[in-house]
Amino acid sequence: MDRLDIPDAQWTRVSPRYVWPELIGYVVTGLIVAAATVPLWFIGQWWTYAITAAVVLVTIVVAALTPRRVRAIGYQLREDDLLLRKGILYLRVVAVPYGRMQLIDINRGPVVRALGLSDLKFVTAAAASAVTIPGVPADEAERLRDRLVELAESRRAGL
Amino acid sequence: MSDPRTGADGGGGRPAPPDVAALTDGEWHRLHPATPLLKGGIALAAVLVILFNNAREYVVELFVPGGRRGDEGDPFGYVVDQGWLGLLLLAVVVVIALFVGGFWLSWRMHTFRVGDDVVEVRSGIVFRTNRRARLDRIQGINIQRPLLARVFGAAKLEVNQAGQDANVNLAYLRSASADDLRREILRRAGGAQQPHAPAPSAAGAPVDAPVDAPVDATAGGTDGATHAAAVAGTAGPGHPDVHAPHRQGFGGLVEQRANEFLAPELDPDEAPPQSVVALSPGRLIGSTVLSGYTLFLLAAVVAIVISVVTTGEWFLLFVLLPAVLGSGGFYVNRITKSLRYTIAGTRDGVRIGYGLFSTSNETLPPGRIHSVKVSQPLLWRPFGWWDVKINRASRSSTKGAAGQENTTILPVGDEDDVRRVLELVLPELVGVAAVGVATEEARAGSTASADVPEAVASATGPATDASSTGDAAPPALGGEALGDATFATGEAAPPAVRDAVEATTEHTLSLVEGGLRSSGTDGGFTVSPRRAAVLRWFSWRRNGFRTAPGALLLRKGAIWRQLVIVPLPRVQSVGLVQGPLRRRLRLATVHLHTVQGPIVAEIGALDQDDALGFFTTAGREAVAAAHADRTHRWSEETP
Repeated sequence: MDRLDIPDAQWTRVSPRYVWPELIGYVVTGLIVAAATVPLWFIGQWWTYAITAAVVLVTIVVAALTPRRVRAIGYQLREDDLLLRKGILYLRVVAVPYGRMQLIDINRGPVVRALGLSDLKFVTAAAASAVTIPGVPADEAERLRDRLVELAESRRAGL
Repeated sequence: MSDPRTGADGGGGRPAPPDVAALTDGEWHRLHPATPLLKGGIALAAVLVILFNNAREYVVELFVPGGRRGDEGDPFGYVVDQGWLGLLLLAVVVVIALFVGGFWLSWRMHTFRVGDDVVEVRSGIVFRTNRRARLDRIQGINIQRPLLARVFGAAKLEVNQAGQDANVNLAYLRSASADDLRREILRRAGGAQQPHAPAPSAAGAPVDAPVDAPVDATAGGTDGATHAAAVAGTAGPGHPDVHAPHRQGFGGLVEQRANEFLAPELDPDEAPPQSVVALSPGRLIGSTVLSGYTLFLLAAVVAIVISVVTTGEWFLLFVLLPAVLGSGGFYVNRITKSLRYTIAGTRDGVRIGYGLFSTSNETLPPGRIHSVKVSQPLLWRPFGWWDVKINRASRSSTKGAAGQENTTILPVGDEDDVRRVLELVLPELVGVAAVGVATEEARAGSTASADVPEAVASATGPATDASSTGDAAPPALGGEALGDATFATGEAAPPAVRDAVEATTEHTLSLVEGGLRSSGTDGGFTVSPRRAAVLRWFSWRRNGFRTAPGALLLRKGAIWRQLVIVPLPRVQSVGLVQGPLRRRLRLATVHLHTVQGPIVAEIGALDQDDALGFFTTAGREAVAAAHADRTHRWSEETP
């Protein structure tokens, strides 16, 4: 069972530090969901505890896989398009031609900013092709954005 | 009510070509002076209906002997008894005057202008709005004529732009000048340097047209016979002439209105008046009756019967019966909306019209169609009917044919109809390269006649078969009606190139047709492997894709058959997806991302190597096609 992969793609990985915002996000979400199940305990049935335990377990598994998932995120600036890959279990590869980019966002959440990273978000006319490169070092993100805008400008196409 | 500054809304509905020139001179203009009445018409009607409803009993009893009962529940009688009739009438008049005054003020404040690159509208009484729309970004222009507006000879023009609530509304304009304005806006948007054809100056005056102009065949054309018929149709006597000389006086006005009312939905100036698809009422009714809604209705009736018989309770009947009874209205509405459906190619894009009482007529310029889906509901299968839907970047406020979303461009048709419609909406299918060559050659060949606008216009004749058009058309009609049927490649091509293009066309179209019913590798499709039968129980043999010149084809569904065609220059991005289950089966899904609409162009359960190959080629070809695409200025002369 060979993996589905783009032949001779030179993936640029996102910063390994991006594990932390992902991790914190999952753990916080997991804790909130787990806390929401706590009132069920007052019913006094055994399965109410099981629900909480399941939520905690799922959170731990997801969190443990985070480093692998972050390593799986990769992008590549090809000649005419930007190639982006995500996911290990659920693999998604998207190729966005430079000329199709309508705008490029740089987003910085609190944890991401504390680590000196940025998220780059690309928007095209198709809602389905909105893609994000998370966890790019801040100065690198600025450079990448400028480069992509320049490329988009030189290959401008209509809708 | 005419505006002395512009003089554009003088004549109260009489079409005059100089007006159109005035409308597009870059100055600010007002809309049709009857606009306040038309917009306030609904309020007016509502007030009158309420009044009549309340007065009905009173009026009836006035004429019915036996005297009136002192009925407490009759407000009108009460008012009359109290001697307040005068007050009531005054109140009604004041309310109506307020409405009309408000609408009149908003009409005064609503101005528009058409420049070389933008359409600009200023509107609003308290909150002013100024909207500019770039002409080369126009996604479509829609002209609507609601019943009441048609009586006044007015029309609503809507310039569609990509995005939510991004349309420019001009409601209302004079009916005839709306058509001319649309033509002028489209001409400017297309980037043509000189007018395609002069506005019709005098009634039906034939413009001399070269008879032997070879005809471009890349788009618009169908079999020669249809067009010969269409062309002959215009020549026949008794064809209502919208541009009849303006007779003076009221009688003339009435006659003109009647003519406009009876005129063919497609302006004969703009398109071959005969649609390339004839939608017979029988088929229309049949297709509506055999829709999914009927299945729902039958299910509802069965549920009612069963519940009544088994439980003896009438509960479900009371819940569902109103819906069942209300469905009659649904059917009637759907059918009247689709009556007089027409679709034809013009120089500035595909034009779709429909409607019996309230009509709507939309022009979609080339390259504004982001994907096309030909599909067949299960119940239509015995009859071989299909419908055609498209994805488009703009959201129009108006409904389309059959009261459906205006993304439905063919409500129902057989395979021939589908082929003709596809020829109109997908000129890209013949291949960007072929069109490029044809245009280049054509330009070289036609420079001689370039200084005569009519000649250029008439050379872009509608038919594939040059000889049949050449023989049938020009003596009968002159340049006017002939000028429009192709888009994409505005000019005449020398025979050799034309043949080449024709060959490509035929090849590609047969492949599209093949895609409708074929399965397996017929038609050059790459299909799912046998192991995909786990995921596609019935359709794994049919589930496939192929690349064609200028487009990507996805063939899906064995029971609910569909064929999705995505023009390459419109692909926004390409995605490749594989989940855990498909990983086990070595399968993958490819998504072609286009603008949002009823069509989601994705093909699942492909062999992962095939999927990867398709992903790679689609991405590469989409970039090349987008680079070569020139449709945003579709009739511009490339340097």
